[in-house]
Amino acid sequence: MHWLKSALAAALLLAVAPAAAALNIFACEPEWGALARELAGDKASIYVATTAFQDPHRIEARPSLIARARSADLLVCTGAQLEVGWLPLLQTQSGNDRIQLGRPGYFEAAAYVTKLEVPRVLDRSLGDVHPAGNPHIHLDPHNIARVAEALSQRLAALDPANGDYYRAQSVRFLSRWREAIARWEKQGAALNGLPVVVYHRDLSYFINWLKLREAGALEPKPGIPPSAGHLGALLAQLGRQPARAVVRAAYNDPRPAEWLAERAKIPVVTVPYTVGGTEQAKDLFGLFDDTLARLLAVAK
Amino acid sequence: MFRRNLTAVAVTLAFHGAALAQDVNPKAERSETAFNPAISLILQGTYADTSQDPNTFQITGFMPSGGEVGPPKRSFSLGESELVLSANVDPYFRGHLVAALTPENEVEVEEAYFQTLALGRGFTLKGGRFLSGIGYLNEIHQHAWDFQDAPLPYKAFLGGRLGQDGLQLRWVAPTPFFLEFGGEASSGDQFPGSDRNKNGLGGGSVFGHLGGDIGPSYAWRAGISYLRSSPDNRAYDDVDSAGGAVSNSFTGTAKLWIADAILKWAPGGNAARTNFKLQGEYFQFKQDGSLTYDDSGAGAVFGTVTGPFNTDQSGWYAQGVWQFMPRWRAGYRYDALRYGTVTNGIVNNGLGPTAADFPVLSNHSPSRNTAMIDWSPSEYSRLRVQYAQDKSRIGVTDNQIIVQYILSLGAHGAHRF
Repeated sequence: MHWLKSALAAALLLAVAPAAAALNIFACEPEWGALARELAGDKASIYVATTAFQDPHRIEARPSLIARARSADLLVCTGAQLEVGWLPLLQTQSGNDRIQLGRPGYFEAAAYVTKLEVPRVLDRSLGDVHPAGNPHIHLDPHNIARVAEALSQRLAALDPANGDYYRAQSVRFLSRWREAIARWEKQGAALNGLPVVVYHRDLSYFINWLKLREAGALEPKPGIPPSAGHLGALLAQLGRQPARAVVRAAYNDPRPAEWLAERAKIPVVTVPYTVGGTEQAKDLFGLFDDTLARLLAVAK
Repeated sequence: MFRRNLTAVAVTLAFHGAALAQDVNPKAERSETAFNPAISLILQGTYADTSQDPNTFQITGFMPSGGEVGPPKRSFSLGESELVLSANVDPYFRGHLVAALTPENEVEVEEAYFQTLALGRGFTLKGGRFLSGIGYLNEIHQHAWDFQDAPLPYKAFLGGRLGQDGLQLRWVAPTPFFLEFGGEASSGDQFPGSDRNKNGLGGGSVFGHLGGDIGPSYAWRAGISYLRSSPDNRAYDDVDSAGGAVSNSFTGTAKLWIADAILKWAPGGNAARTNFKLQGEYFQFKQDGSLTYDDSGAGAVFGTVTGPFNTDQSGWYAQGVWQFMPRWRAGYRYDALRYGTVTNGIVNNGLGPTAADFPVLSNHSPSRNTAMIDWSPSEYSRLRVQYAQDKSRIGVTDNQIIVQYILSLGAHGAHRF
């Protein structure tokens, strides 16, 4: 029985530990976990629900996620239906009233930015389209700045005792961030007009920001896996209008990209897509530094 | 640009009372199509080829549940079309309806429940008609199952699956791993219970679940459940030794224990390309009470005879489903029931009818092998071919080939673990 007592004591300790930090933040994606870390510092305990190697559309409401959502004071998610397959279950199954829609503990980043690719026609024959527009908003650093402002206000509202701290952190982060944006935009000028093939429309905001040119997508339609027929047609199209690289996110299947790149004789560039996607993408600054460095390497 | 953003920060700072209404650029976070509930529709159908007549289906050795547990009709047949509507009612409740349009042109209410949103502290109360939280597969909708039909213990002990009319309370513990307890109070009018026309509760259940992750690639959940119901004149039809129709009915208590476990693997937690799912459940089912034998409808050889009746039976299944490339999955399931002990006082006391007058309760332990392969062109469509060697009936093997389609239209459904 001794081991049982120790196990129970350990379980109790674990159960109590997260309550020690002021705010329990549940970040749906690594980019929002990283942003919350920049803004909340050590005033919050942050749980990141997914990794850069997981397709954010295709997450299951795993027991571990329900358990973490149960104790969360704040959900920081993308919204725009990116998490429609799993987040509603976390909200209804966790028994946590604070993170329900419309409550202060529910924060949707996509609500604070202008979405690209809002479909004019909503029909699933067009693939897994997102009615609110493309939800992969974080790859435009101006969007990160907009979300940061809204998120720091939300943090201060939820934890007024540390309000001044959050505001100071926000000012500090945004000034560093704007300096970085200026640097990235200078470097990124070399990417203007660079034709690239993407996997999914998950890089649209980046492409739109630095004015790259999307020369095709490996997915025939959003959410539909690449097929041999589509890849063949894409290859023929690249023969007429060449692209400079096939760009895929760390979580995308590497094989279709490699298949096409080999035949089109262009390189595959694996971008981190989000924080943690590559060794260099340790935080939001690293994410953009590394994404730019990898693309600039093929633009020369 | 820089100056404008600085101004925004200054504005932010100015509002440092920071009520939520002062969020920058507030927009609608999400609306469920402008107050209409989220609507989805599931279309299903089968083509079946069976070596035995589906109308003769029985699970010999086990008291029939009255549920639709046999294989589908031969040739083409329409499955149940499910219409699902759900929305938040107000800040306190969520409502959910699943109506099944059956191929017999009837509408069945599979689920119609409210669920609380605002209790907090890990509590959720559900009320109305809902799929019971016992076991693992019970709460998963049939269209999301990995095989066309339910495993044998679900068919024999729960009539396919258990829907409850009643209340369910669940509590998720504030632990970093998943720990959940739940209890249900119900009218108990579904098998193994029966409609009793009595005040109070006809059945209840309790369950507990434990789960978590093992590294980024594995997720698991294990659970234990207990169901108790008090059937009153729960009837089933049989034939006597001469082939005459007999109606039997059971009154007493039924107790079911279920242990369930599921393990899911996906490399790095990314299930898009390959993944594997292993699940199994063990059932122990006991009934204590009395059985009434009534052949008055067919000659009245013995008339109405009542005697003590007890059963102690069990069953289990294990299945593995492997997505070996995008869109394609293959799976195998083995399920079996153990006859255990059936003590029929009518037969033992020599009150008249003999064991030959209870052919459904003949000593038989059914088993089945099932293999399937399915192809999902998108997240919303699936085609499946399933082959089963079904030894549910005593002394006979039914070879079943079932081709099935499942399509889902409308609102994006959520992926329950």
